Formats: sequence, structure tokens, C-alpha cells
Amino acid sequence: MFESLTGRLEGIFKKLTGRGGLTEQLVGETLEEIRVALLEADVSLDVVKSFTEGLSARLVGQAQKSGLTGAQQVIAEVYQEMVHILGDHRATIALASKPPTIIFMMGLQGSGKTTTAAKLALHFKGQNRRVLLVASDLARLAAIDQLKVLGEQIGVPVLLPPDGTTRPSDLYPLVKRRVIEGMYEVVIVDTAGRLTVDSALMGELKELRRLYSPKECLLVVDAMQGQEAVGVAKTFDAEIGVDGVVFTKLDGDTRGGAVLSIRQVLKKPIKFVGMGEKLDRLEAFFPDRMASRIIGMGDIQTLLEKA
Amino acid sequence: MGFFDKIREGLQKTRDKVARSIESVFNRRDPGFYQELEEILISADVGPVVSKEIVEELKAWEKTNPGATADESLAHLESSLTAIFTPASPWEESSPSKSPMVVLLVGVNGVGKTTTAGKLAARFRDAGNSVILGAADTFRAAAIEQLRKWGERLDIPVVHQKPGADPASVAFDTVRAARARGIDMAIIDTAGRLQNKQNLMNELRKIGAIIHREAPDSPVEVLLVLDATIGQNALSQLDEFVKIAPVSGLVLTKLDGTSRGGVVIALARRHKIPVRFIGVGEKTDDLLPFDPSTFVRSILRTS
Ligand SMILES: Nc1nc2c(ncn2[C@@H]2O[C@H](COP(=O)(O)OP(=O)(O)OP(=O)(O)O)[C@@H](O)[C@H]2O)c(=O)[nH]1
Ligand SMILES: Nc1nc2c(ncn2[C@@H]2O[C@H](COP(=O)(O)OP(=O)(O)OP(=O)(O)O)[C@@H](O)[C@H]2O)c(=O)[nH]1
Ligand SMILES: [Mg+2]
Ligand SMILES: [Mg+2]
Repeated sequence: MFESLTGRLEGIFKKLTGRGGLTEQLVGETLEEIRVALLEADVSLDVVKSFTEGLSARLVGQAQKSGLTGAQQVIAEVYQEMVHILGDHRATIALASKPPTIIFMMGLQGSGKTTTAAKLALHFKGQNRRVLLVASDLARLAAIDQLKVLGEQIGVPVLLPPDGTTRPSDLYPLVKRRVIEGMYEVVIVDTAGRLTVDSALMGELKELRRLYSPKECLLVVDAMQGQEAVGVAKTFDAEIGVDGVVFTKLDGDTRGGAVLSIRQVLKKPIKFVGMGEKLDRLEAFFPDRMASRIIGMGDIQTLLEKA
Repeated sequence: MGFFDKIREGLQKTRDKVARSIESVFNRRDPGFYQELEEILISADVGPVVSKEIVEELKAWEKTNPGATADESLAHLESSLTAIFTPASPWEESSPSKSPMVVLLVGVNGVGKTTTAGKLAARFRDAGNSVILGAADTFRAAAIEQLRKWGERLDIPVVHQKPGADPASVAFDTVRAARARGIDMAIIDTAGRLQNKQNLMNELRKIGAIIHREAPDSPVEVLLVLDATIGQNALSQLDEFVKIAPVSGLVLTKLDGTSRGGVVIALARRHKIPVRFIGVGEKTDDLLPFDPSTFVRSILRTS
């Protein structure tokens, strides 16, 4: 995950060690290096700006803290600024006060919707919830079989479209009936991948949203997507509405820019991250844990207590 | 729709972003011309290094050709971008002579390998070759089913085993079947693998070794499938895959979904591996053979 950004930051911190307290010049140089590191990690320009400005406000004029080197002071502040741009607090999926909680999985082709639908189903099953998966991608070949197999693997029922179903909206009455019969608390609807420029498919999704009134529309984003993901997310949000973001494939080696940018640009929280193909590889998103992983320097908590 | 129109339509998002800005900077010719041009190329993901080189080259050329019109300058830019691509012998020439030709599709998760396998099978069948598909992604849920459905749709045989079977053994069966039946082309789909997962990368090596052992005389094409919408991240995927597999060609998918189609240029230049096909949609005929000059022309020119 984000190896090159982590490496860059570590290099910057290392250079600071042994250089004593923070002078204005040293802070200036360090801020510039951090700016470049973030830009190279493909973080959006506005976010880089607000990050370095926030950091500068914290560091400039800050008195030397007793027991901390200049390097430690910088690390602590970078960490806190990073927690901030990642959203400060953990955001979860709040269950509807009146069941069922309906969750939509949406996103571009191949982003990881179907896999994440099954991962989420497993997550809720682990909380002893009654979960139903809905195979509502009628477009991609064998998308239905895929969800069916995944449902079998985790022991979660999957509502399959009857042969000959052509429009996803035709499934809705079946879902409604099945939910009542099975007393399901959580319903996860897998949808077909679509490009935001495809107005017909975006219209179809809008229609589905109107029908189901989902509690959560989750946008599933491939972490490898880089900056373009942010534009895609904005369009999904404007046209359909996004309640939260799931980043997938963080187990790969990506530059990480989209993950660091999306919260500030979209003003919507990251809720989960996918860390592998296996169905238990879904993690709740904690801004503080993510920030310490990215920074990658020893025991940040101890530093913070001193700072 | 003609071939040229189809490419232009598939590249619409990139064209919208690039062609109009190019046209306007060439018409305006501000003092900041070269800078602006460089920025347009960078914003289309051509990459900072290549963009700079190309613009410097144009600057130098314009110095020696002071009377050049805007159109001549643009034509020069076009040809230097086109020259970045490695010329590749067309497949139709290299394919059916020694059968079967074996095509192995590799790449990270979700880029479009299976879809490309199906589209390619259709292309080659329509060009008069006999084709067989091999379902060597035995890992992802219903990956076999997905390829079998392509086979059904196209009426092309699909060699497969059970989920979880050894992928190298499926590749073996596929090549065997192709040889036994005198089939021209064997197209083998593999599981998605992230470039930092060593065990999966080793599996790919094993598949490659089996193919060479079973069909020592066959031309083997290892096509790396890259999702064009991921921009510069595709470069690191390419770097890692060339280390472990003899990648002989690239397929760039989902160009219909990005305004940064310039990444094709950055990728082509990186290791001088030819771009073979581009994917511009999900349908069977949305895979187009790649032609550098048509591509460059389509993203640079509004008309
Ligand atoms: N390594 C890794 N692979 C993942 C992760 N999430 C999904 N994948 C893989 O990514 C590929 C695409 O996942 P899908 O769930 O089929 O994606 P999708 O968005 O449903 O795709 P379409 O329905 O075709 O649009 C599959 O090979 C998954 O196994 C992840 O967190 N890490
Ligand atoms: N818009 C668009 N979608 C494409 C293109 N090529 C493939 N897709 C879609 O991308 C998604 C993933 O395609 P697959 O062929 O399943 O990808 P894969 O690489 O085999 O995925 P895994 O086997 O899970 O690693 C599907 O929804 C395809 O329909 C393309 O050129 N344009
Ligand atoms: Mg899917
Ligand atoms: Mg596949």
C-alpha cells in the first residue's frame, strides 16, 4: 500500500533527525518536500494546498517541545494533518431505524462491486444480522453466477433474477416480497458497472435509487484509479448521490492520491477498504490507523503523547 | 459505423479534453504557447518527461521552419507523437502460419482480461481463423462461467476444468486441444493478480513454461491488459509485469471511460512494447486493432 509515498515521507523525516530544533528555514524546506511528495503520490492540488497550509500553521512559530526532536515534532503534526484530510473520525454504515437497511453498490466496471457486496454481507452476517444479497447486474456475463458463488461461500442467500429478466427494476417487487418473507435486516444490491458518460445506464441507476430508496449508496472505487476517481465520484454524487466510499485493491501498490483526496473533495466519508480478493479482506476505515500506516514511522502514539 | 468513426467515438472523452485545447492554443499562439501545450499533454497523462521532450522537439523544428503554418506545426507534432510507437507487424501476418498461435492474457484484477479474451476470439474467428478459449482463471468466483458464456455467445469451444484446478493444467489442456484439432488460435484467460503478489506471479511463469513445452513451435503472444482509466499507475503495473513475463503486446481497455487517453503514449514508450488493441466498450465489437497514427490523429484533431 502506498509504498512510494511512505518511502518519500520516511526519507523526509530521516533527513530531519540530527538537525536539532525546528528553524523557520528547516520548516520551509520540509513543507516544500512534503508538498512534492504528495503531488507525486497524485494527491489533488487543492488537497495538497490545504494540507501544507494546515501543516504550516501548526509548525511555524511552534516552540520546541521538551523531549521531542524537530523530526518527531514534524512527524506528529504530519500525522494529525493526515488524519484530518482522511476524515478525522471513523464513519460506519448506520442501520436504518426501520429494517431493512438497503445498501447499493455502485461504480465503474471492474472496480470491485460484486466482491465488496459479498464482503459486506459477511461483515453483517458476523454481527448476526439477517442479510440478503441481490444480483441486480444483468449486463455483465456471469455477474449473477459470480454473486451466487460468493453467497454460497459465505452462507448468505442471494436473490437471483428469474430467467428472462431484462431490466434490473423488474427485480424490485421480488426483493420486496423476499425481504418480508425472510425478515431480512440488511439488503445489499449489486449493480452493473457503468461509466458516468453513459447516460442511459446512469438513468437506470437513478431509477433504481428511486424505487429502492436505499439507506446507503456506496461508491466502490479502485484505489489504483488515481485522480480520475475523484471526478468520477463527483459525477456519481451529483447524479445519484453518494453516502460513502469503499476503496478496493489497497493490497496492491498504488500511489494513493485518490484515497487521500476524496474526503476533502467529495465531502463524503470513506467507510471501508478492500485489502485483498478473499471475502474477509474488508476493513473498516479508521483515519488515524490509515494515517499511521501511510506515515510508516514507528510508534506514533508515543510521540503524540509527548507532543 | 466505419472503423475510423468507431475509434473517434471510443476516444470521445480524451478528444473532448485534448483536441479542443490543442486547436485553441495553436490558433491563439500566445507567448505561453509551448508551456500551455506541454500542460495539455501532461493533463492527458502523456507523462511529464515525454510531454516535455515532444514540446522541445516542436520548438526546435519551428526554429528551423520559421514560415510553417499552424497546420504544418500540428502535423509535425502529430508525427513526432506517432513516432513514439514501436512499429509492430500486424497479427494477421504472424498468426496462422504455425498453428496454434497461443495468446495469453495477463493483468491485474478487473482490467478486462476475460472480456478481451471474448472480444479477441470473435475478431479472429471473423477473420477466418478457428479459435479455442482456455479458462485458466480457476480462482475468481464464476470466472470460468464468464468465459463459457462468451464461448456460448460466439459459438467457440472453451476448455475448462473445475474451480480451483491448477491453471497451468488448463493451459496445457487448451494447447493440447488446439493442436489435436488443428485450431489456428488458442486464447487463454488468466486470473487477475496484483503486481506485488509473488506467488501469483510465479503461477504465471509456470503457465508460460507449460505452453512452451507443449507447443515449442507456436508463436506465443503474451498480452498485458491495462485499464487506461488508472492513468500513470498503469506504468508501474507494466514495469512489474515485464519483469516476470515475456510481455509481447499491450491491450488498453476502457478508453471510452477516460479523458486521459494520452497514457497510451506513455505506456508505449516505456518499454517499447507494441500496443496491439484498444478496448472502447463492453460489447463484442468494442475491441479495435491499434494504429498509432489514427490514434494520435483522433485525440489531437477536432475534425
Ligand atoms: N487484490 C484485490 N482484488 C480485489 C479487491 N476487491 C476486488 N478485487 C478483485 O477485482 C476484480 C473485480 O472485482 P469485481 O467484484 O468483479 O468487480 P465489479 O465492480 O463487480 O466488476 P463489474 O461487475 O464487471 O463491473 C476481481 O478479480 C476481484 O477479485 C481487493 O480489495 N483486492
Ligand atoms: N467501458 C468498458 N468496459 C470494459 C472494457 N473492457 C472490459 N470492460 C468491463 O470491465 C469489467 C471487468 O472486465 P473483466 O473482463 O471481467 O476483467 P478481468 O480482467 O477479467 O477481471 P478479473 O478476472 O476479475 O481480474 C467488466 O464489467 C467489463 O464489461 C472496455 O473497453 N470499456
Ligand atoms: Mg460486478
Ligand atoms: Mg477475468
